[in-house]
Amino acid sequence: MEKNILQKIKKAGLIGRGGACFPVWEKWSAVYNELLKKPVKERKCYVICNASEGEPDVKKDRHILKKFPETVLKGMMAAVDFLGARQGYIYLNSQYYREIAPRLEKIIGDYAIEVLEKPHKAGYIGGEESAILNAIEGKKIEPRLKPPFPFSKGLFGQPTLTNNVETFYNVGRLLLASYEPNRFITITEHFPKSYLGTVIRLKNFVKKEVFLFPEDWSVKKILKASGRWPLYKFFVQVGGGASGIILNSNQLNSPVQGSGSISIFSLERHDPIELIRGWANFFQMESCGKCTPCREGTYRLKLELQNENPNWEIARELLDNLSEASFCGLGCAAPIAITGYFKNVFPLISGKDSGFSGEQVKAVCECFSE
Amino acid sequence: MPIMNKLVNIKINGKKIKCSPDITIWQVARDNGIEIPGLCGHPDFPPKANCRVCVVEIKGRQKLATSCSIKPEEGMSITTDSPRVKKARNFNLELIFAEHIEKCPTCIRNTNCRLLNYAEKYKIEIARFSDRKGKRKTYKFANAVEIDGSQCVDCRNCVDACSLLQKINYLEIQGKGINQEIVPAKNTYIDCIYCGQCALHCPVASAQEQTSWEEIDKLLANRGDKILVAMFAPSIRVSIGEEFGLPHGKVVTGQLVSALKNLGFDYVFDVIFGADMTTVVEAAELIERLSGKKNLPMITSCCPGWVKYAEFYHPEILPNLTTARSPHVHLAGAIKTFWAQNQKIDPKKIVTVSIMPCTAKKFESRRVELKINGLAPVDYVLTTREFAWLLKRKKIELGKLKPSEVSTPASGGDSAGSIYGASGGVMESALRTAASLICKGNKICDNRLDFKEARGMAGIKEAKVKIGNKNLRIAVVNGIGNIDPIIKRLNNYDYIEVMACPGGCIGGGGQPIPTTPEIRKKRADALYGIDKNAPLRKAHENKGVLEILKWLKTQGKLNSQVLYTKYIKRS
Repeated sequence: MEKNILQKIKKAGLIGRGGACFPVWEKWSAVYNELLKKPVKERKCYVICNASEGEPDVKKDRHILKKFPETVLKGMMAAVDFLGARQGYIYLNSQYYREIAPRLEKIIGDYAIEVLEKPHKAGYIGGEESAILNAIEGKKIEPRLKPPFPFSKGLFGQPTLTNNVETFYNVGRLLLASYEPNRFITITEHFPKSYLGTVIRLKNFVKKEVFLFPEDWSVKKILKASGRWPLYKFFVQVGGGASGIILNSNQLNSPVQGSGSISIFSLERHDPIELIRGWANFFQMESCGKCTPCREGTYRLKLELQNENPNWEIARELLDNLSEASFCGLGCAAPIAITGYFKNVFPLISGKDSGFSGEQVKAVCECFSE
Repeated sequence: MPIMNKLVNIKINGKKIKCSPDITIWQVARDNGIEIPGLCGHPDFPPKANCRVCVVEIKGRQKLATSCSIKPEEGMSITTDSPRVKKARNFNLELIFAEHIEKCPTCIRNTNCRLLNYAEKYKIEIARFSDRKGKRKTYKFANAVEIDGSQCVDCRNCVDACSLLQKINYLEIQGKGINQEIVPAKNTYIDCIYCGQCALHCPVASAQEQTSWEEIDKLLANRGDKILVAMFAPSIRVSIGEEFGLPHGKVVTGQLVSALKNLGFDYVFDVIFGADMTTVVEAAELIERLSGKKNLPMITSCCPGWVKYAEFYHPEILPNLTTARSPHVHLAGAIKTFWAQNQKIDPKKIVTVSIMPCTAKKFESRRVELKINGLAPVDYVLTTREFAWLLKRKKIELGKLKPSEVSTPASGGDSAGSIYGASGGVMESALRTAASLICKGNKICDNRLDFKEARGMAGIKEAKVKIGNKNLRIAVVNGIGNIDPIIKRLNNYDYIEVMACPGGCIGGGGQPIPTTPEIRKKRADALYGIDKNAPLRKAHENKGVLEILKWLKTQGKLNSQVLYTKYIKRS
């Protein structure tokens, strides 16, 4: 067992790669300290590797699991050993389970790690940390009330550590003395319907690729270095195709925040209302239903946006309420893309391209000005 | 002994407060006179924090926080009334309103509805979003309880009541997002016991009793040649006052009699008379079984929720249930036979209406086994809430009425059975009479009145009670959620009382809302208070009861028709 693993992780400054960017050292310490509070005989805990990768346009965990499963497992086993966990779980979505589980199980052998398949109907919320705990316990797949936090009362009421695939991969690299401060970034290009003239299979034709870049490189530098800097006017969504922030092409000088992804959209060819509806409908469909702002709010937003002349004031109120009062991260994330789009991109689109009437443009600007 | 954390210093709306860090901000606010609205919280359950109506601002936290689920920490600065808080609170109430089809004009809770109160208090806009649950189903459970899906606000209190409290697990959440719906379990090994705890915990009357007040209203207005007879349970006298602004547990017996007379009932009876009948019959059966050492332990059967539970989940113990009928059935039977004969009234013309703290009694009243000469003893059951509603519709201010006296089915006199409404009350009443039967003649032995071992709010009360030369091993199950350890070790006991509702009938599914641990205790204490000072405390000294029982013995088959019943396996 690696005795100094906690120190190594702290020194390397590892950051969680599940999207929340929480310092890895802090999370591992929290669980460890919870265990220290208990008499030795009562120290039960669990380790979970979140491999459900439900965020649209993020495909890095699949890439890592396929290419470097041993390293991921090395990192995860280090956590299990360090914490003396009684059981580890790798939680894969159905597709990844089909593609990767057999190989993982072979590498795991007799070790106390079980490979689990996420129930298909669990959806986006099924990838949330506490929803996974509920899924494993056979309960309704939705987030739990916090506090208590999983580090103190997680799986079956015991301290539980959950980390992303890439996070365990980095720990593995650390143990192999080959860690480098890089991030896996999925770059997706969304081609609008109108550009292609016809609808091919899916609503939009997309091109996805996973790259590896230093974690402090800006979005601009990454796009240039990967050869994916578009030749057309564009904007991007960074940190996931649902929950990621929207930036125009002049705002790309910072590193990637949140989940490691950059999604590219044409500034002029994407119909704004279609984009807005896309984001709104996603959250409405994925809302677990537990809390008022999200269950009701995403539904009312979807309905409002279906109108030819949406009432942007009501839309803004629904989005604000989601931000302010949601039970979990899904509800809080719901407004991000829409408000970001209106703030950073919409003003750059000339009137006739936006498909919005002059009055609507005015209403949007009033409602989304700050 | 748990160590209580030392007090912390916080501010709420600028006011400095010293408080315990072990209770929620919501509770601290309330203790300091600040009422924060909320729909999904209830002292009987851990916080769910799903309605988001109770949000507050906590300095230093970016997002609003739910006051129902967060405990105060040293130095916390909380705002409950800023524009930001009001905006979120009102907006969530508005969204919730659009989940709830308003049926206010005929809703028996419209004078006591949190949603309506908030709408008025906070001036909620209710027209911006259209109602979305118009096509939702209503699920009915026998004739006792229903869940009207078109009114559900997704707070999940009914599920908590059915699973966490009662441990029946009959109500489930089906579906995701806006399709979320409360549905009965599909598992055929689970069934509803009609206890109504779901209705008791619902903030908006989605889960509610199946009402009979409409029929009573019609009858009162147009009775034809019918004689309308009302009877009220022990619990009502310490609960109904709450619906009229009186303190919890205030004893209003005389006024409630007047209220029933004002409504138009021809006669008003008190079910404690019936409770005394039940005590005498049941205690006699207990002694018989103890002597014969058969069908022991004996278990009470006056709680119809418990009886349904036994019939469905444990039919093998049906022989252990006492065959004595329940108090209101005993009373109604006496009314339609002995009393009717004395009054020269045709029993067919008597309509008996039972005011009960209970929803399962609606189911009980329809049991075919109860019929006496083809007539049901109890024709209608109204819950305490339905009764309050009838009074409010007619603007009868119960608190302002002059008290009046009840009728009794036999010669006048007092009755003892007040404590039947509290968990342990049936047990204690029966033991008082059993003591006198066991100790016949021995003055020192049969004077024991108090059996405090049976009292209180503990989930299970166990004791060894010495009566004369007998050592009775008793158990009192307070709330069906506590039945498991007792059912598994039946042979450890001689006599068991089971009440499906926590607290006993004073916490019944038909009782005024809210019902909380604190309120249950006040209601129960009030009943024990009545008993302590009552002129009669022993059922077997109830002259009227003795007269009727003596008469019944001369009436052949009628005796068992009026006094006893049987149970049916329902799996």
